[in-house]
Amino acid sequence: MIPRPKPERFRLRRTMMFMNAQKPGLIKDAYIYGVDSIMLDLEDAVAENQKDAARFSLYHALKTIDYGDTEVIVRINGLDTPHWQEDIRVCVAGGADGIRIAKCESAQDVLTVEKAVEEAEKEFGVEVGRTLLMAALESPKGILNAYEICAASPRMFGVAISGGDFRKCMQTKPTASGIDMVTARGMMLIAARAAGIQCFDTVFTDLDDMEGFINETKQNKEMGFDGKSLINPKQIRPVHEIFAPTEKEVMQAELMVRAFREAAAQGIGVFTVNGKMVDVAFIPGAERTLRLAKACGMYEGDLV
Amino acid sequence: MKNAVGRDIPEFLLKDGREVYQGKNYMDGKYLQKAAPRTRRYEKPQESKIVDSIVDALKQVGAKSGMTFSFHHHLRNGDFVVNMVMQAAIEEMGLDNITIAATSLGEAHDPVAQYIEDGKVVGIQTSGIRGKIGEVVSAGKLKTPAIIRSHGGRPRAIEAGEVHIDIAVVAAPTSDCVGNCRGIGGKSNCGSLGYAMTDAKYADHVIVVTDCLVDFPNMPASVEAIDVDAVVVVDSIGNPKKIASAAARISQNPRDLMMAENVAKVIASTPYFKEGFSFQTGVGGPSLAANLFLEKYMDERGIKMGWAIGGICGPMVEMLKKGKVGKVIDVQDFDLDAVNSINQTPGHYEMSASQYANPANKGAFVNKLDFVVLAALEIDTGFNVNVLTGSDGVLRGAPGGHPDTAAGSKCCIIVTPLVRGRMATVCKNVVTVTTPGDCVDVLVTDYGIAVNPLRPDLIKCLDDAGLPHVTIESLQEKAYSLVGTPDDLEWEDKVVAVLEARDGTILDVVRKIKPLKL
Repeated sequence: MIPRPKPERFRLRRTMMFMNAQKPGLIKDAYIYGVDSIMLDLEDAVAENQKDAARFSLYHALKTIDYGDTEVIVRINGLDTPHWQEDIRVCVAGGADGIRIAKCESAQDVLTVEKAVEEAEKEFGVEVGRTLLMAALESPKGILNAYEICAASPRMFGVAISGGDFRKCMQTKPTASGIDMVTARGMMLIAARAAGIQCFDTVFTDLDDMEGFINETKQNKEMGFDGKSLINPKQIRPVHEIFAPTEKEVMQAELMVRAFREAAAQGIGVFTVNGKMVDVAFIPGAERTLRLAKACGMYEGDLV
Repeated sequence: MKNAVGRDIPEFLLKDGREVYQGKNYMDGKYLQKAAPRTRRYEKPQESKIVDSIVDALKQVGAKSGMTFSFHHHLRNGDFVVNMVMQAAIEEMGLDNITIAATSLGEAHDPVAQYIEDGKVVGIQTSGIRGKIGEVVSAGKLKTPAIIRSHGGRPRAIEAGEVHIDIAVVAAPTSDCVGNCRGIGGKSNCGSLGYAMTDAKYADHVIVVTDCLVDFPNMPASVEAIDVDAVVVVDSIGNPKKIASAAARISQNPRDLMMAENVAKVIASTPYFKEGFSFQTGVGGPSLAANLFLEKYMDERGIKMGWAIGGICGPMVEMLKKGKVGKVIDVQDFDLDAVNSINQTPGHYEMSASQYANPANKGAFVNKLDFVVLAALEIDTGFNVNVLTGSDGVLRGAPGGHPDTAAGSKCCIIVTPLVRGRMATVCKNVVTVTTPGDCVDVLVTDYGIAVNPLRPDLIKCLDDAGLPHVTIESLQEKAYSLVGTPDDLEWEDKVVAVLEARDGTILDVVRKIKPLKL
């Protein structure tokens, strides 16, 4: 077995690329594209009578392929299907980093999955608590219950909206401005931040409309998302470019963190950098900027 | 005797001054005595050179057993002419002991394999060898070892008299009644006729075979009437569908696109990427897609490509029309967009194979090339490339212009996936060295980039651009970790093909493969 390190609950997740877990040609080396997380799909991409085959393919991929630093998450089937329990056993036995709960509508859904995950961890001798969770909100009810879902479990690292199903419920279509989902995205973001977890936007399905994709991604960044779900490797680079900090932001963050650490060592709490007041409240943000910059190849220092 | 790429060349091949490969530019500055043909005078005014049949043409030029026939491969896999002429010579005229010197041979020429098995065709000299001909030659059925040359090495060998062409057959999409030929204007168009040009100048006799007779004079002619003995009009010289594809489309395969993007990044990191740079790329998935990403970097820097050469297809013509490239000089066309553009779009010119790639002339285009992007069947940790033999040791490929452009260019980039199915593309030892490692600068795979340690300047370029790269050994190890370590091939002693370096020295030999026992 490839010993994957224990998953980090909070890590860089700018991009999560979906791929059909049944397609060995796709999943055998999906990490080469430089995506932050890959999302192996057992749900909608897999036909009803192929669920078993997809699980086998997924299990052997998890057991034999060295995905390196790329996070491996699995989207399991909904709790209203006969598949989700077996999906969870396969994810845990194979050592997936996390599980995405499809069509999540309540804290209870998270707890139901968590219970099954814990049982599977015990069954397969996996460290209890190792397997992370995230929820996909796909309905108005899910959005309205976003906070309780986000706060339901210490395993929860993030929440994502699923545009296709959500728009169906709302009887809307994708718009260039994003007005169709702006409320839902906003509510989910507030809930995620209130619960202290990450928040991801939905996929953009028109692969030929790169301009539309880029505009939506820019809006995602402005709204405060941590990242975006993707369906094709060619969408990775634009997201990483858009989510990258500017050089000025990186320099400012580096100055702040360095100054703060020096000041703290001398027992000083508040000080100024380039004329601006800085205290401890600024530091997590600055450190996040530096981590992002490091992932983007813009920062090579040792502060983070 | 071991050569500069570590290949053992049998002594019996090293006669008449023939040497083993000594490294690139070994022949630089040496003198070459060109071998002029012995040709017939046609002093009397002639109305027409048209004869009724290929047999009549062959008889007129005195075709005999033991002669060398040359062909070009502009009709690619749609070619009918090689088979027609061989059938006429062997079956209708009863000739044997024939050598075929073609610029390339492929599946279209499968019937020739039978003539090899029957001992009628005893020599093959070509750049490409695929299909059944490759199989029978690999099985040791050809009487003499096949000679494989690059597109530049072939005109060099012809000019040097190492191969003397008795009869050159020029398949011509259009010809007039005295043999002025063009690759356009007919029903089986192929565009450039660059590979036929040297043959027509150096053969003792030239026969034109066309399926579209046009009014005299067919100008500007690619092959000129002054070199032609006879013209034969046939129903069809080839299958147009297989001569030129509809339009070479840029791959949408994400793996190809990722590699292509990295190729463009490598190019953009070097000092050669500046206003007026020159470029050649292949038509394979990632090679062709490199155009797309390169254009983006050109726009960003506000620079234009000076000129492009090679086998040409639509995307390059498109760049010419958009004014992104100054001139396109073309030895062969791969799709209808290119066929319909050559000598029509301003700035789109035709050139001969010698002008393109011959290492022994005084100004081949490849020697002015900044970048070339090439594919590979295999590349080993010494950066030696194989584009000739399959992983089973059977002849199924073509050096083409690969060794010429690699040697001539300032930056040669090989782009290939790390593995193909169960085959490791990056390996410890290629089956056959077709392009020596000292000519190859950068390898781009889907699992990473490696730079030849012979090019510390390029390593610095990549480092300065923040472009990650690894050793080629680590890529080879990764490949073996994915698909396993291949067993060594088992050969018999018999040499079935000699692989000439472009300068005429011997780069490698291909031996008869031991039949596979399961």
